[in-house]
Amino acid sequence: MRYLPLSDTDRSGMLARMGVQHVDELFADVPAHLLLKDPLDLPRRKGELDVARQLGRMAARNVTASSVPFFVGAGAYKHHVPATVDHLVQRSEFLTSYTPYQPEISQGTLQYLFEFQTQVALLTGMDVANASMYDGSTGTAEAVLMAHRVTRRNKAVLSGGLHPHYAEVVRTQSHLANDEVVTLAADVSASEDILSQIDNTTSCVVVQTPDFFGNPRDLTAIADKCHANGALLIAVFTEVVSLAALKSPGAMGADIVVGEGQSIGNALNFGGPYVGLFATRTKYVRQMPGRLCGETLDAEGRRGFVLTLSTREQHIRRDKATSNICTNSGLCALAFTIHMTLLGEAGLKRLARINHANAVQLSGLLAGVKGVEVLNKSFFNEFTIRVPGKAADVVEKLAAKGVLGGVPVSRLLSGKGLDDLIIVANTEVNTDDDRASFVAALKEVV
Amino acid sequence: MLNNQGRPTTPKDSAVASHETFTRNRGLQMEEALLFEIGRTDVTGVDLDEPTAFVSRLGDLARDEEIGLPGLSEPETMRHFVRLSQKNYAIDSGLYPLGSCTMKHNPRLNESMARLPGFGDIHPLQPQSTVQGALALIEELAGWLMTLTNMDAVAMSPKAGAHGEYCGMAAIKAAIEAKGEGALRKVVLVPESAHGTNPATAAAIGFEVRSVPAGADGNVHPDAVRALMGPDVAAIMLTNPNTCGLFERQIVEIAQILHEGGGYFYCDGANFNAIVGKVRPGDLGIDAMHINLHKTFSTPHGGGGPGAGPVVLSSRLAPFAPVPFIKRDGDELALVEDAHGTQALGRLTAFHGQMGMFVRALSYILSHGSDGLKQASEDAVLNANYVRARLADLMSLPFGNRPCMHEVLFDDTWLKDTGVTTLDFAKAMIDEGYHPMTMYFPLVVHGAMLIEPTESESLASLELFIMTLRDLAMSALRGETTRFEGAPFYAPRRRLDETRAARAPVLRWIPPQPIMDAQQAAE
Repeated sequence: MRYLPLSDTDRSGMLARMGVQHVDELFADVPAHLLLKDPLDLPRRKGELDVARQLGRMAARNVTASSVPFFVGAGAYKHHVPATVDHLVQRSEFLTSYTPYQPEISQGTLQYLFEFQTQVALLTGMDVANASMYDGSTGTAEAVLMAHRVTRRNKAVLSGGLHPHYAEVVRTQSHLANDEVVTLAADVSASEDILSQIDNTTSCVVVQTPDFFGNPRDLTAIADKCHANGALLIAVFTEVVSLAALKSPGAMGADIVVGEGQSIGNALNFGGPYVGLFATRTKYVRQMPGRLCGETLDAEGRRGFVLTLSTREQHIRRDKATSNICTNSGLCALAFTIHMTLLGEAGLKRLARINHANAVQLSGLLAGVKGVEVLNKSFFNEFTIRVPGKAADVVEKLAAKGVLGGVPVSRLLSGKGLDDLIIVANTEVNTDDDRASFVAALKEVV
Repeated sequence: MLNNQGRPTTPKDSAVASHETFTRNRGLQMEEALLFEIGRTDVTGVDLDEPTAFVSRLGDLARDEEIGLPGLSEPETMRHFVRLSQKNYAIDSGLYPLGSCTMKHNPRLNESMARLPGFGDIHPLQPQSTVQGALALIEELAGWLMTLTNMDAVAMSPKAGAHGEYCGMAAIKAAIEAKGEGALRKVVLVPESAHGTNPATAAAIGFEVRSVPAGADGNVHPDAVRALMGPDVAAIMLTNPNTCGLFERQIVEIAQILHEGGGYFYCDGANFNAIVGKVRPGDLGIDAMHINLHKTFSTPHGGGGPGAGPVVLSSRLAPFAPVPFIKRDGDELALVEDAHGTQALGRLTAFHGQMGMFVRALSYILSHGSDGLKQASEDAVLNANYVRARLADLMSLPFGNRPCMHEVLFDDTWLKDTGVTTLDFAKAMIDEGYHPMTMYFPLVVHGAMLIEPTESESLASLELFIMTLRDLAMSALRGETTRFEGAPFYAPRRRLDETRAARAPVLRWIPPQPIMDAQQAAE
């Protein structure tokens, strides 16, 4: 077996040197009648070529984003990632190292985490960020728990514009922890009344911007009402590129900002792995979940970095920990940091302008299709359209014509009377030809 | 051009170099500034064309604040991150005996498979008719996991080991509630030797944690469990093989006690890599167990994630698995994404789990096959025992010189009165070119040193490692403390001040305050 260096001669020599007859003597603690004698009845070892063929056949059955006009978003986005990013991420020293428990020989990981934390704090307009979460949805659930700890209350109010999967993760967690959740009705037009839901029993309000349907949300009034009632405002985003175009959640008064960082540096990957971004105000840092990297000095007075404030964490606090989280999404955070470094402020802002310009152009084209209505007054790179008939059928028919034309809202919100809505995303990867193909196909199917 | 004429070709005898260099670099060991000290906000390493004129639809929420994000050109970016990478220890550069973490070889075939566009470049919400191959891959991996463990179902979506624990314990809570015992069964038994994630998970789900003492032999004993068992107990969370590197010999009896008392058996599967193909967890009476794909099936640790933690479930818990899950209808595969109308405990993450890790894990599994997986477990256990056998005369084994599983646990009894601590010993290993073992875990032994060599080490590599530890051990026993106290001496950094970092946390770069020179001040 190509991954196993020991030869049979090595094995027998080692056993002999230990005075052991058979390797199964080392498994003597396993109940003898349960110890398997032979390999299980499953396929035997394969060479690289055979494995690559077998997996390649499965891969070939999927329609890839790059191969068709592609407008699917709703929480994960197709962007161009520069070749440099993946080359660096695959460096052995990044790919095959562990969590930086021994800081003297992990300064590479620790320094990029410190840079990542700084980039996330700047983007969100917050004081501090952690070293990443699994993804935006689990990060949102952790943010709600954090708000409960800070406010010593347990009622969360979820905006009807929050991504339905995110809302469901929060509800599942809250049910298990006996916390209360109020979920507002799905809000296509950003016209919900959140303010009246906030009182002095509210722990936090969770609002996504741009919301699930693509509407940018002004958080200022919600933040004011939250603060007047001793509650926290949690701002959520699923498209991190939007932060370069829109007023930052921090500037609008958010107390915790959490979201999905996949768009920068990371592939679609059918939903994971992704990278959750999590930022807050300095005064709340000791209630934060997840790993934190901090600056310090070594014994010779040189700057260096370590994991810090670990007294919050499970390996020290056990059942009193702020979270059970042990890992973060290190390599995806690295990809984010490298891509963001390549972009810089100038590149990121231009990328955001291209995304927005493309979406504006597409919205005009789609609004011109008979029977199709664009519902958003404002948007960044994603918006919602109403089509005649069932959106899910329209999307399937578009796929049959070789166009992946968005996400039917009913896939995530079934039985809510929203069966004629499609969420359409448009990024820098979409060309004029893609948009023309989309419009032509849509005209044929509606 | 390198001309060997007209210059000396033999080095002169010279003194040991000890001077500070101007750059503070030392040959190939480079200092590297922070991105924020070398980048400029008007520099970019990505060429993008400005869009043609358009009318903004951002409403009145356009960002007018500066972000303050520095950029670097492509060559600068490459150099910055390559230099950073060179400050990391990695499996690819040396033996990484971090017990309980399983730092085995990461095959590059798995990386290239995960990057096939058919897996990497597909969206979680595109029509299911366009991702049948992806669903087939998840189904195939799920099949392997169920067969290897002899369990009835598997929840694939958990994003890491701790997330898997959360999923398994949530399924147990849902099952208890379905039986109408939610108000009654509030207690989870957790051995003292458990990973910290176990009690943290139980608490997050609203359970009260009751600690189970370990026996003098490092195992949990049925009597200790029986003494704590009662109608208020929901479950036990037991790690097997446990964190002392030992197989829980009486695990079947412990499972019976739980089941007879109406409770469930959660197994922390962090150490499954020791027993794959040797014994099936389902045969031991386990109801739920997470599998760290990043340990047992070698998806890379990546400096702390991303991981993946699918949870195998017994038939008693299978109905409560979270959405999404895959249903087969003839040749068609479909995702069940809506928990309504099912007994599913809800949803634990957006989308469908760590697909990138599923591809890598299946690639690893297919490469090994059932024969290779069994061999890998045996080699991991053989290597750990070889290290134990060769160090037992110098270092102390808290539970006697008995066979261990894939990792061997020493304590610091043997260092008593030497002036050298477990920490010193670990840091001295760095100077010898090794990553230290896991230290001070598990908590049940004093000054723990947990060594997991994995199956990826050759005999020659193991021999050198053993000889190095023997040399360090004899040095410590001779009282040569200078080699230990200040260690590491030869790493990119000496010991770092963690107290200082926690006392006044600096968690992000802050621009330095401008310092006025004398002339500016005079003006």
